[in-house]
Amino acid sequence: MLDVRGLKKVYNGGARQVEAIRDLTFTLSAGELVCLVGPSGCGKTTLLKCVAGLLTPTSGEVLLQGRPVTGPPPGMAVVFQEYGRSLFPWLRVGENVDLPLRQKGLPKARRRELVTEALAAVGLADAESAYPWQLSGGMQQRVAIARAVAFEPEVLLMDEPFAAVDAQTRADLEDLVRALWHKLGVTILFVTHDIDEAVYLGQRVLILSSSPTVVREELTVDLPDTRDQLHTRGHPRFTALRTHVQEQIQAAKRGLPSPSAAGDGEE
Amino acid sequence: MTAIARKVAAALALPVVLFAVWWLATGSSENFYFPSLRVILSSFGEVWTGDRLVTDVLPSVLRLLCGYLAAVVIAVTAGVVIGSSPRIRAFAEPALEFLRAIPPPVLVPIIMLFAGIGDVMKIVVIVFGCVWPILLNTVEGVRAVDGVLLDTARSYGIGGVARLRHLVLRSASPQIFAGMRQALSLGIILMVISEMFAASNGLGFAIVQFQRSFAIPSMWSGILLLGILGFLLSLVFRLVESRALSWYHGLRRSQRS
Repeated sequence: MLDVRGLKKVYNGGARQVEAIRDLTFTLSAGELVCLVGPSGCGKTTLLKCVAGLLTPTSGEVLLQGRPVTGPPPGMAVVFQEYGRSLFPWLRVGENVDLPLRQKGLPKARRRELVTEALAAVGLADAESAYPWQLSGGMQQRVAIARAVAFEPEVLLMDEPFAAVDAQTRADLEDLVRALWHKLGVTILFVTHDIDEAVYLGQRVLILSSSPTVVREELTVDLPDTRDQLHTRGHPRFTALRTHVQEQIQAAKRGLPSPSAAGDGEE
Repeated sequence: MTAIARKVAAALALPVVLFAVWWLATGSSENFYFPSLRVILSSFGEVWTGDRLVTDVLPSVLRLLCGYLAAVVIAVTAGVVIGSSPRIRAFAEPALEFLRAIPPPVLVPIIMLFAGIGDVMKIVVIVFGCVWPILLNTVEGVRAVDGVLLDTARSYGIGGVARLRHLVLRSASPQIFAGMRQALSLGIILMVISEMFAASNGLGFAIVQFQRSFAIPSMWSGILLLGILGFLLSLVFRLVESRALSWYHGLRRSQRS
């Protein structure tokens, strides 16, 4: 479904060259929910922008259903971390969700249906005529999620979407993402710096090294498919997994080689 | 209802006081150059309610509106082009700053040379003065469009005309309106000045004529009319602005609280 092959991104800032991403290769199958975690500053956002077609990689390629991504592909939606800056403040909630659909050229009745459904799915059916800035941060991010859902993407990219909301709201939104994923069968790539969040949400967790970034480890989360905040987080397996991820991240920060040594030591 | 009444009363209080002071201070004025307000008001009624409304006020207002609207269209178009590209901006900005620094009235004699002394000359003068504040503000506004919003629009395939209409212009609209507000008062000044230089009708022309023929109360009434005209135009402007920027004022309030 989504193939990332040998992705490399070097920023040229005058005389200084910054290698944000060295060599990233991973694959998402259709309908998968995969989380990407890594130490702070490891180029997670750069990676996501390359996948979304918003940045051109220095080398390597991103394939969506076998077709190379050169610009933002039509079957992809992105939810950004900065919800306050990603919704159009001059459009009402409903219009924010509707605008990409209008751009797609969908008939009016269908758009109406999608907007209503998407807002209901995120629990904001009655906020349609409010402006985004009249809502709380968590609600604004729900609107951004509704906009992505209404777009009916094949792949949904989420860039640390809950980093700026409080812990309780975050827990609710995590469950919302799991619920929507189950309901829609969409493929989700979820980028986060929160280890618990990655293990709680994902079917797989990709652990990144620190910059210049490679994939340090791919971890399958063998927790039951039905997850809830109370029991899953108390599950011994959850604790074991999160400890493992934590160790890997700590090791990555110190620059230690990964146990599998995948992608490392090529130079 | 009482809240509205109180607002209106508050807004009118100072003008009423000022008029009262003017009325009392000039009540028994024998000074030829400073006639009493009573005389000015009665000449106001005579001068500005009849033919002159059509022969002087209307042409002035039409020139102002034509010049102003043309300036808005030109300045916003150019501002979007310049603001969208750092390269064009670096190229054009020094020249713009220079042109802006020229006081538009000094161009009246030059513009007269090629545009004559008709309506075209006056409209060109108004356009030339009004363009700068709108242009420079539009450039700033377009330049400052949020990067996350731009990425959002791109990832949802919002490009071309839709991007301009729903993103760039809306995002820059607070700055565009700030420029338009400055341009409006400039426009009124230039309207009068261009008519004082060379004209056969218009408010500026009429006021100079009254002054030259020593019709002092009429002259004062013309100045009063200019004040009222400016006030009404800014009232209309504010109505339009508060509708177009209601989201912006709401956003600002929500960020402050």
